[in-house]
Amino acid sequence: MSAATAVPDLDPPAAPTTRESEDAEALLALSRAAGPDCRQIEFAVPDAYCVTCINAIEGGLAKLPQVKSARVNLSQRWVRVVFASDGDVLAIPAAIRRSGYRTHALDPVADGQHDSVMSELIRATAVAGFAAGNIMLFSVSVWSGADATTRDMFHWLSALIAIPAIAYAGRPFFRSAFAALRVGRTNMDVPITIGVLLATALSLYETFTSGAHAYFDASTMLLFFLLVGRSFDHLMRERARGAVANLARLMPRGAHRLLPDGTTAFVAAEAIEPGMALLLRAGERLPVDCRVTAGSGDVDCSIVTGESMAVAVHAGSEIAAGAVNLSGPLTVAALRPASQSFLAQMAELMESAESGRTAHRRIADHAASIYAPVIHLSALATFIGWVVMTSDWHTALMNAVAVLIITCPCALALAVPIVQAVAAGRLFRSGIMMRDGTGLERAARVTEVAFDKTGTLTLGRIRFAGQLSGREGDLALAAALARHSHHPLSRALVAAAPDAPALVAAVREVPGEGLEASLVGGGMLRLGSAPFCGGAEGDSGGTEVCLGRDGRVIAVFAFEDVIRPDAAEAVASLVASGREVEILSGDGASAVARVARRLGIARFAARLSPEAKMARLADAASEGRAVMMVGDGINDAPALRAATVSMAPASASDIGRSAADFVFMNERLASVPFTLDLARRADRLVRQNLALAIGYNALALPLAVAGYVTPLVAAVAMSSSSILVVANALRLSLGPDLVAKPDGDHAAATAQPLEGAL
Amino acid sequence: MNGLVILIPSAIGLGLVALFTFLWSLRSGQYDDLKGASERILDDEPPRRG
Repeated sequence: MSAATAVPDLDPPAAPTTRESEDAEALLALSRAAGPDCRQIEFAVPDAYCVTCINAIEGGLAKLPQVKSARVNLSQRWVRVVFASDGDVLAIPAAIRRSGYRTHALDPVADGQHDSVMSELIRATAVAGFAAGNIMLFSVSVWSGADATTRDMFHWLSALIAIPAIAYAGRPFFRSAFAALRVGRTNMDVPITIGVLLATALSLYETFTSGAHAYFDASTMLLFFLLVGRSFDHLMRERARGAVANLARLMPRGAHRLLPDGTTAFVAAEAIEPGMALLLRAGERLPVDCRVTAGSGDVDCSIVTGESMAVAVHAGSEIAAGAVNLSGPLTVAALRPASQSFLAQMAELMESAESGRTAHRRIADHAASIYAPVIHLSALATFIGWVVMTSDWHTALMNAVAVLIITCPCALALAVPIVQAVAAGRLFRSGIMMRDGTGLERAARVTEVAFDKTGTLTLGRIRFAGQLSGREGDLALAAALARHSHHPLSRALVAAAPDAPALVAAVREVPGEGLEASLVGGGMLRLGSAPFCGGAEGDSGGTEVCLGRDGRVIAVFAFEDVIRPDAAEAVASLVASGREVEILSGDGASAVARVARRLGIARFAARLSPEAKMARLADAASEGRAVMMVGDGINDAPALRAATVSMAPASASDIGRSAADFVFMNERLASVPFTLDLARRADRLVRQNLALAIGYNALALPLAVAGYVTPLVAAVAMSSSSILVVANALRLSLGPDLVAKPDGDHAAATAQPLEGAL
Repeated sequence: MNGLVILIPSAIGLGLVALFTFLWSLRSGQYDDLKGASERILDDEPPRRG
C-alpha cells in the first residue's frame, strides 16, 4: 500500500502502530556500527524503481540532521542509511514514509546483504574464468598441431597459469570435500576435488615427461562452470531466517509494577511473578499474560489473534502477552511468568515447526548422493580394467582421469541452481521475494492453499458495510456522534457519512463501551456495543455497532474488513488450476463465513488458535498433503513454518515476514497462483535438466572408459552440455510477469514528495 | 618463435590486467547496484552529501 492509497486516519493517533512493530530499540538492534559515533541500517523500499524515487528518498533523508549518508540500492530495493549513534533513529523510516514510500527495516542477518561467501565465490569464478580462457588459447594451438618444443612450452605456460588458479579457485570445493571426508561422508565436492586434483597432477606429470595430453584446460574450465553453478546455488540457499530471534525482540523488557504505597517501579520481564500487580499505561505492551483487576479500555490483540479490531476489556478479562493497551491505564495482575507467556510459547512452537521443515530433501542433494559413488566406482573400474587388460599403468591412469573429468557433475551442478536463479529473478521482477531457495522446490508439490483471513485475504482495514436496522437518518446521526472519537469503528462510520457535521452536545467516551451524548433537548444517545445501548448481547464478534436512544437500540450498523481487490480472482485461478483452497482464521465464525462466501471458498475454519492452525498443517504434512500457508500475523507464524511452503504479504508483521518462504511486495494476491505455477514450471525444467545431464553422462562415460576421450573431446563435451542446460533453464524467463503495481498508483506515490516540497 | 616471446606475455598480461580490474571494481562496490547506476546517470541534480 503506497502512501497515496493508505488511509492513515484509521489508526487512533494516540496508539502506536503495532503492525509495524517498530521502536527505537528494535531499529538500533538491526543497525551496525559504521565508523566513529555512526551506525548503519538498511530499510527496504519495495516501491522505488526510478531515479525520481532515488532522489525523493535520498533527498528526504538528507534533510535529517542525524543522517550522515543515505544511498538507495535500486537492484535490491533498499536504502542504506548511516546515522549518528545519538540521533533519533525512528525519524529515518518516518522520513522515508513522508517521501511517499512504504518501508520496513531489514534484518542484515535474515536478508543477507553482507555475504562474504558470495564475494569469495565471485572472485574465484573470475580467476577460474581468466585461467580457463588463457589456457584454452594454448590448448587450441596444441590441438591444431603445435610441434614438440612449442607444445612443451605451451604446456609449461598452461601449468604456470593453471596451478595458482586452481589453488585459489578450487578452495570452496576442497574445503567442503575435506570436511565431508573427515567425518566419513561423501558429497558432490568429493568427486570434483578428486577429479580436478588428479587431472592436474597427471597433466603436470605429462608436462615434465613431454607427454602429448595435458588436461589443464579441462580442470580450470571445470572449476569455472562449477563455480558459476555454486554461486547461483549459494544465492538461492543462503537466505538465513531469524524468525524466532525477531519474536524475542518484540517481547517487552518489563513493566511497571504497582507498589503497595501507590508508586510504581520498573520490573524486568523475567522478574515478574504470577499475582504481581502491574500498571499498563496507554501504548504499552504487555510482557506477560495478565488479568485486568481495575480499569477498562481497549487493547490491540492483533499480535495474538490477527484480529484487527480493538478488543474491549474490563476487570476480570484476561489479556495475552504482546497485546497493546490503546486507551487509559489498566491495572493488571500477572497470571504466568514471562517464560510461559503467549510470546514465549509462540517462539517455542516456531522452533518445533522449524525442525519439521528440514525433512525436505533438495533434489540436487538427492541426485548427488546417487551420483558420487557411481563416478568413483566407474573410474576405479576403468583403471583396474585397463591395468588388467594392458598392464599399462600410464594409459590406465589417463583413462581413469578422463572418466573423472568427463563425468564431473558440471551440468548436474548447474542444472538446479540456474533454474532457481532464473525463477527467483522472475519472482523479484513481479514483486515477490524468495526468502528460502528450497521454497520453490517445495511449492511445486502444493495441492492445497490455506489462507489466513485478516490482513491476507482482507486488507486488515475496517469499512462500513451497511445499516442492518433503523431509519434512514440514523447513519448521519451516528456519524455525527462518531466524529467525537478516534476509535477505528467511529472513523469508519465517519468515512461512510462524511457530510454529517459533528454533533453539538456533551460527548463522553466510555472506554471499552462506546460513546455517550446528552442531547440538548433532553435524552441520551449512545453509540457502541449492543449491551451498552440497551440491547441484548449478540454474536456479532465486534463487527456491529448499535445506536441507542434512552436505553433502546434504534439502529444497527455492520462493519467489515476490506477484501483485497484481486482476492476473488486469485482464489478462482487457484481452483481452476486444480488446487484446493481453505481459510484458517482466528476470527469469529460469522466474519470468516462472510469472507468465504464472497470469495467462493467452500472450506473454512474459524476461531483457530495458533496451535490449532499449526496442528492442522502438521496433520496435512503427516498425511502427505502439500499445503501452502498464506498468512501475515504473529499468530500465523507457527503455521507458516509448519506448512510445506508459506507466503506472506509485505504488510505482515516482521515475524510473519521472516517465517515465510516468499514475501509479496506487490499487494496482489495473484502472487500466490503466480508463484505456484512458476514453481511447477521450474520443477519440470529441473527434472528436464537433470535428465539432460544424466543422458550426457550416459553417452560420454562409455567413450571415456574405452579411452577415446582426449582433452579436446573433454573440453567440447563439457562446455556443450553446460550450455545446453543453461539454455534450457532460460526458457523459464519466457511468459508474462505479474505487473507489480498499476502505473497510476506509482505515479501518485512519486507525486507525493513534490507536493511536500512546494 | 620470436613473435611468441612478445605475443604470449602481452596476451597473458592483458588478461591479468582485465582480471585485476574486475576484482578491483568488485571490491569497490561497482556491481552492488547495477540498476541504480543506470538510473542515476539520468539525474541532473548536483551530487548530494554521502
